[in-house]
Amino acid sequence: MTTINMTVNGKAVSGDVPDQTLLSEFLRENLRLTGTHVGCDTSQCGACVVHINGKPVKSCSTLAASLDGADVKTIEGVSNGELHPMQQAFNDNHGLQCGFCTPGMIMTSIDMVERYKAAGKDLTSDAIRAELEGNICRCTGYHNIVKSIEDAAAKM
Amino acid sequence: MSSGIGVPVKRKEDKRFTTGKGKYTDDIRKDNQAYAAFVRSPHAHAKVKGIDASAALAMDGVIEVLDGHQLTGDGIGNIICGWAVNSKDGSPMNMGAWSALATEKVRYVGDAVAVVIAETQGLARIAAEAVEVDYEALPVIAHVMNAMTDGAVQIHENAPGNQIFDWELGDEAATDAGLAGAAHVTSIDITNNRLSPNPMEPRSAVATYDDAEEHYTLYTTSQNPHVARLVLSAFYNVAAENKLRVIAPDVGGGFGAKIYIYPEEITCLWASMKTNRSVKWTSDRAEAFITDAHGRDHVTTAKMGFDENNKIVGFKVDTVANLGAYMSLFSSSVPTYLYAPLLSGQYDIQNIHCNVRTYYTNTVPVDAYRGAGRPEATYVVERMMETAARELGMDPAELRRINFVQSFPHQTPILMAYDAGDFPKILGMAQSAADVAGFAARKAEAASRGKLRGMGYSTFIEACGLAPSKAAGSLGAGVGLWESAEVRVNPVGSIEILTGSHSHGQGHETTFAQIVADRFDIPIESVNIVHGDTDKVQFGMGTYGSRSAPVGMSAVVKAMDKVEAKVKKIAAHTLEASEDDIVIEGGEVKVAGTDKAMAWHEVGLAAYIAHNLPDGMEPGLKETAFFDPVNFSFPSGAFICEVEVDPDTGETEIIKFTAADDFGTIINPLIVDGQVHGGVTQGIGQAMLEQVIYDDDGQLLTGSYMDYTMPRAADVPSYDVSHMEDQPSPNNPLGVKGCGEAGAIGSPPAVINAITDAIGNNDLAMPATPQAVWRAIQAAKPVAAE
Ligand code: FES
Ligand code: FES
Repeated sequence: MTTINMTVNGKAVSGDVPDQTLLSEFLRENLRLTGTHVGCDTSQCGACVVHINGKPVKSCSTLAASLDGADVKTIEGVSNGELHPMQQAFNDNHGLQCGFCTPGMIMTSIDMVERYKAAGKDLTSDAIRAELEGNICRCTGYHNIVKSIEDAAAKM
Repeated sequence: MSSGIGVPVKRKEDKRFTTGKGKYTDDIRKDNQAYAAFVRSPHAHAKVKGIDASAALAMDGVIEVLDGHQLTGDGIGNIICGWAVNSKDGSPMNMGAWSALATEKVRYVGDAVAVVIAETQGLARIAAEAVEVDYEALPVIAHVMNAMTDGAVQIHENAPGNQIFDWELGDEAATDAGLAGAAHVTSIDITNNRLSPNPMEPRSAVATYDDAEEHYTLYTTSQNPHVARLVLSAFYNVAAENKLRVIAPDVGGGFGAKIYIYPEEITCLWASMKTNRSVKWTSDRAEAFITDAHGRDHVTTAKMGFDENNKIVGFKVDTVANLGAYMSLFSSSVPTYLYAPLLSGQYDIQNIHCNVRTYYTNTVPVDAYRGAGRPEATYVVERMMETAARELGMDPAELRRINFVQSFPHQTPILMAYDAGDFPKILGMAQSAADVAGFAARKAEAASRGKLRGMGYSTFIEACGLAPSKAAGSLGAGVGLWESAEVRVNPVGSIEILTGSHSHGQGHETTFAQIVADRFDIPIESVNIVHGDTDKVQFGMGTYGSRSAPVGMSAVVKAMDKVEAKVKKIAAHTLEASEDDIVIEGGEVKVAGTDKAMAWHEVGLAAYIAHNLPDGMEPGLKETAFFDPVNFSFPSGAFICEVEVDPDTGETEIIKFTAADDFGTIINPLIVDGQVHGGVTQGIGQAMLEQVIYDDDGQLLTGSYMDYTMPRAADVPSYDVSHMEDQPSPNNPLGVKGCGEAGAIGSPPAVINAITDAIGNNDLAMPATPQAVWRAIQAAKPVAAE
């Protein structure tokens, strides 16, 4: 057992967890933040992406015990009353169907746009597709996800 | 109106999904919840000689270990296939016994023999490892063509030679005669590769038993919760229907894999009673690969004959289909009634014969996956048309055009009566969108860079809107395939629609609300959709086979007809006018041509207050309806794929994919386009990336996303999608045809036709990986003189 203290979506949280507890389990089971999904067991699908200290990370492959003191943001922490432009863009452009990949897609996409903006780089549709390498969607065929990210990038 | 039929309304359900508030089965946690983990066979075929659970039971936190003898001892019935298909000699199909937990024998890697119930998921899994099973390995049939060989091991005692049935459709003698008299005959041998559906949400179940009420509740990842309840009650004897509630909450994609009632759901329900605990099981991806029903897996030879005018005079198809280790719920119908009747494609063919033999193998059961039988048929027909055109030296579009069905209704010789369509028009739409005229120049430009360009067509038809119950019954279906709906107008005028259709990504909460908003001219915000709960919705057959719009919405329309009639009676009575003069518009119910009107909500209120209703009228404003279609609906389309191949590496890029289709009336173009994008991507996945592979021992080699190649964003292009709406289906009130599967049905042949065009070799199997394409390029090279 390890005692961990971290900030999740701006709130201080703590818990005693077995050492092997994954961040995805800690979020879903201990904190009941079930917006973070688990779609695979080989770190391939990206349904579980959250931000840790401002960086996108696959929470299914991260030990909770290694994150003492970390600042974690999940899909539940993205909107502040109003939908984040990325969330709005997914709605506006029909960027989701079953919604299962969506939290991970949005967390990946927010980081993607912010990184490109910070670096002053142009986020082309080819770049978006390449950046989505770690996120699988079985429903949308990606067409509208790409459109959503382009749309949000123009507004963020 | 702003949110009626045909408007690209943004989805109402998106807010909860984009903010992480969706409620999927694995998000549910019950008080007193325990966890199930299954003990699964590592052998593809073996006798089970004994199970020793003592070590597992001795572990702290393990509540119970249950096996198949206890399960069958409690009277839990075998899992069944619900569609009876007879062999051509009249004998019934050879359905082998399938217990949710195997007792005497295991027949595929992953077959469950026991279940551990423990306090945590981690503990349950560790304890499952500690259950000792004594197996005696048997010879294995991993590939369907080995199932029929002399001396092959028997997988089920009642299936000699491992054959399930030997079935046919069409007139063989007439077809043979047509082929014998043909000026040209094209032959092809093709394999339809085996796939794993892979909805991103893994299957999950949470079962609760209430011992005071002797009542069960099951939350599960189902496309059809009522069917699940029916089958769990009537066949598996888990509980009487009135003692079982099945809820399918938000479901993260289905694609067919979540139609069936699997061993895990049965076992969790039974285990919840045995342990008096809520029992939860959630599959991980590795478990999904070895337990979710797979799709396709056909081996086919086909011959098509043409007369001197290049008109088709005969089409003969012989298919071997692999159904895996057991017959899953709809498995028998997929390679028969959902396959062979589509072999006429968009063409006027008088003579067609199809023979289908199905076999058991030591692999995961095979059942419907997006398209179910129709992609397999389309692949045969459309690969055939393109190959024949090349042999005949014709433009492949022209060969199709001269063979198109031109007038409707059109009765094929293989059961189907096409109701409406305009195949030349859709083909023309696709050709101009794809700029076919400019292809030669693009090809030349690519050649100047050392690249090979190719273009491939697929003009497809499919049958949706499963299905006229009587016709389905006469073909062996165990159930009727109607749909039910209830329209509940509240006293304040807001409306709940209860439907037996189920949304697992299709957007019903928006599209079903649109047809109600359109009909009663009220804001879409005042319409709510209720689905997925057997306690709330009376009954329903669920969502698969692109049936929600043609069948599910039609039931809603029928119920709205009844509501409208009552609304008009109440308004006529209140406003002292004739019913015939009452119109519903702009949020009002009014007497046409006058200023006499009631607000919409006033009619609802009047119905419930009931102080002033016409004599004899029942209070309330709620109507139900069942809709049973009179025919299938027939969506069709023309897809054109343009590819560029690097001849040095075999790497293939899809330059442009054009999809023109006829789905009849479109309720929400945003959502329909999305269905096409997703379907085409799954079809491209089948054509270029995906393949379930077993080794000769029946071990799955493609059991994770490291080995099974799912299409990712960079593997596919953006799509050019357009729709023709001027041929609505005459067989349902909205004129809709269904759009969920067309993309997956039509796209694989378009892709392969394009690649084979580019490389000049018709002999290319799916998936066309760079290695496969490179090999086909080498094989087509003239042997150099040394
Ligand atoms: S669940 Fe983390 S990558 Fe799939
Ligand atoms: S929306 Fe279903 S997996 Fe992406």
